[in-house]
Amino acid sequence: MPYKNRVAVLGAGLTRFMRRALETPKELAFQAASAALRDASLTISDVDCVVGITAPDAFDGVHMNAEYFADGAGARGKPYMRSYVGGGSGVFGVINGWYHVASGDFDTCLVVAEEKMSSALPHPQGAFNAIYDQFLERPLGVNLLWIFALEMNRYMSAHGVPMETFAQVARKNKLNGMDHPSSQSGISGDFSIEEIMDSEVMAWPVQRLMVSPVSDGAGAMLLASEEFVKKRGLDPVWIEGVGWNLDTSYWTNRDLYYPRYLEKAALMAYDMAGVTDPRKEIHVVEPYDPFAYKELHHLEGLQLADKGQAPRLVEKGFWDRDTLAGIPATPSGGLIGVGNPIAAAGMMKVAEIYWQLEGRAGKRQVRREARRGLAQAWGDLMQVGTVVILGK
Amino acid sequence: MRPLAGTSLSDQALTQGEALTTSWRVKAEYAWDTGAAVGKFLAGLKEGKVLGVQCSGCERTLIPPRAFCELCFAPIDRWVELSGTGVINTFSVSFVNWDATRRDTPEIPAVIEIDGASPGLGILHVLGEVGEDLPTVLSKVAIGKRVQAVWKPQSEREGAITDIRYFKLVG
Repeated sequence: MPYKNRVAVLGAGLTRFMRRALETPKELAFQAASAALRDASLTISDVDCVVGITAPDAFDGVHMNAEYFADGAGARGKPYMRSYVGGGSGVFGVINGWYHVASGDFDTCLVVAEEKMSSALPHPQGAFNAIYDQFLERPLGVNLLWIFALEMNRYMSAHGVPMETFAQVARKNKLNGMDHPSSQSGISGDFSIEEIMDSEVMAWPVQRLMVSPVSDGAGAMLLASEEFVKKRGLDPVWIEGVGWNLDTSYWTNRDLYYPRYLEKAALMAYDMAGVTDPRKEIHVVEPYDPFAYKELHHLEGLQLADKGQAPRLVEKGFWDRDTLAGIPATPSGGLIGVGNPIAAAGMMKVAEIYWQLEGRAGKRQVRREARRGLAQAWGDLMQVGTVVILGK
Repeated sequence: MRPLAGTSLSDQALTQGEALTTSWRVKAEYAWDTGAAVGKFLAGLKEGKVLGVQCSGCERTLIPPRAFCELCFAPIDRWVELSGTGVINTFSVSFVNWDATRRDTPEIPAVIEIDGASPGLGILHVLGEVGEDLPTVLSKVAIGKRVQAVWKPQSEREGAITDIRYFKLVG
């Protein structure tokens, strides 16, 4: 192992996810950081360094938002770093925390993810328009949904996926989300396939009940070195592998039917974790699901299904939370069933894998034995994959 | 388990003044220099030409044009004229505006693979003359269909991507 330290997860915490939170970014960060410290039975004086994660400052209208909320993350007087890869940030922040500890420089790292999208008016989608090329794309009158709809159409057309399959993914995640204490009001529930398929067409083929909501919320995780863990005689969940990769920003030159950025990120993480047959060795997975199609797209990029096969496996219940023969995907409920405070949603996914491996996921606990799991996110200019593999 | 933190506000809480807010409007404007490669491409559009570049390393003919090849990581200075025709790589039928308000008639963004460029290389643009409701658009438009640029009259062109009004189906 080329790294000085193995890195363990000692605790995680979340706030509720909300369409509009009363609390400020600082207050949300403080709540999540405190919850993670309580979960790890540690205090802020045990924390050697802090990583802050939040997506575009334009949501908050606060430049250097991660530095603004840093007091709430417990960072005063400590080495602090913001990591920011757009939607991929929630998972990338854990990667960033991992290399702070893996380097041997720090025994502990508190990773705090905060997102407050509701401050941007009239709608946070406006802040997203700046992801498009200012010369060749923005003058066309873009909106955020375009790029997802274009990708979804390419994916469903390449493989002949019926709309009903995407509705089944949305239904599964909304059902799973009912058991998540952070789940945003009105997002989770027992929605019928018909209801989902009849929901408003926003940007065909994207429909309203197959999209994650606008959310506020925060999450945090406490990482520690093997030495720190040994001194306390703990038997923790370990970070076994991390991976990240960036595809070209010339997105109209990529074939959107397949997430190449994720294949490379996943292979990097599998290699580090010594995973040679992910379909057997990954027991539970949290793929990034801001849209229903994206869960399937990402499961293929993660090499957990052949190209075009993730939708076929939906029919067989392969990705269901109670599966014994398949791989439970998004047992948390995901962005579709819990909510999407961007950086905090990625953190929620890593936390879910942590709680699943600890056997502490309560009603969300998967039925099959889970000793190794993977969380993933996606972002930047729709081009980055970020992957964390945890094991017990 | 201790209940999770976070106080959810209703929209009403804000509109009725139950929760206090303070607001701020960004005052910012930008003017971007178009750069060497995109600038030449936009100048070509003003003349009614769609220009691409060729990388001498990987032999790809690229659009949008760029000053260097991201695969070979080498400079590019060979320009070629492509055509105003191409194939629909993917498309959407969008009823949502940038501020999440809804539209009655859709916009139809598409990635269009431009003829003469290497396979799979396209640009973002919009389709026109394909109907104003979802069933009509879906009955006319499909991935793989051929399209052609509909240009603004020369006098109205300004060296912008919108010098092409939209692409329409061929035939």
